[in-house]
Amino acid sequence: MGLVQIGRHEKDGELDVITTMLEKAVNWARKGSLWPMTFGLACCAIEMIAAVSSRYDMDRYGAGVFRASPRQSDLMIVAGTVCRRMAPVIRKIYDQMPEPKYVIAMGSCATSGNIYDSYSVVQGVDRFVPVDIYVPGCPPTPEALFDGILKLQERIMQKRVFTRQPDQVKV
Amino acid sequence: MHPIAERIQQKFPEGFLKAVEWRGDLAVTVARPSLHEVAKCLHDDPDMDFDYIVHVSSVDWPEEVERFEVVWEFYSIRKRHRIRLKTRCSESDCEVDSLADIWKGANFMEREVYDMMGIRFRNHPDLRRILMPDDYNEGYPLRKDFPLQGKGWRDTFEFLNEGKP
Repeated sequence: MGLVQIGRHEKDGELDVITTMLEKAVNWARKGSLWPMTFGLACCAIEMIAAVSSRYDMDRYGAGVFRASPRQSDLMIVAGTVCRRMAPVIRKIYDQMPEPKYVIAMGSCATSGNIYDSYSVVQGVDRFVPVDIYVPGCPPTPEALFDGILKLQERIMQKRVFTRQPDQVKV
Repeated sequence: MHPIAERIQQKFPEGFLKAVEWRGDLAVTVARPSLHEVAKCLHDDPDMDFDYIVHVSSVDWPEEVERFEVVWEFYSIRKRHRIRLKTRCSESDCEVDSLADIWKGANFMEREVYDMMGIRFRNHPDLRRILMPDDYNEGYPLRKDFPLQGKGWRDTFEFLNEGKP
């Protein structure tokens, strides 16, 4: 978890002392309470729903409480085919989410448009919102989505909260 | 010939063009001017009694002179028979009668045909695009000469620049 524990004594009843960086503590808290938004567009949403329900139980990673409003959530899982007419809606919803916010593009359609190389399908949701994690699959299994969530948590742990972010590597 | 097709031919000798029966499906092609009265007869005649409109669609035959074919499909809930009614129009005179005054359900489906294929419907109560945005100006996506990947609309996101100088 990146937290360093020292001074842990074997004595009973003594409080443990944890020393860490404040930044890490904040990131640790953030990654453990992701609030995803229900944003299903197509069949991937079914797998997303399965991932939250009891058999797979996404709540184990602290990301189980799906909110129906962008104002209460910080993770947008774009699950499904993005049509061009849906694009301004997705952007508006993204803009309404409070910072810090993360986006997972779930499935081939949200990642690249998949086989739908047609006049109405956006070739990847990253054309108009920044995407943190891409989850491949058609549709991805709940396990694949979990992998994406865990990767996102790793990424959150690397964020700078109180100091300047390092410049993005330009390609 | 199918008894329904026979009846249509009897009543509208000029309008009736051909009847095809294939695997139990009856498809009747009528001339464009008599489309509306044939449809009216299908709906009102107690022997036909087609009270339910199943579907409106259109076909593009790019090599033919009368390029577009509009297809209506009707079903009679009481008599349990169905019919497919077709008519043709050319690209330069791309207009057929609307049947929305006979079957209310034709309204949205004819709008979809207009939206995707660009066939206009005469006397339609509200002929606007239904799936594509009202200001979509690249043409009609389901025509055969429309490029598969569109003309750039899917890659333009003008909302990203809103509010920027």
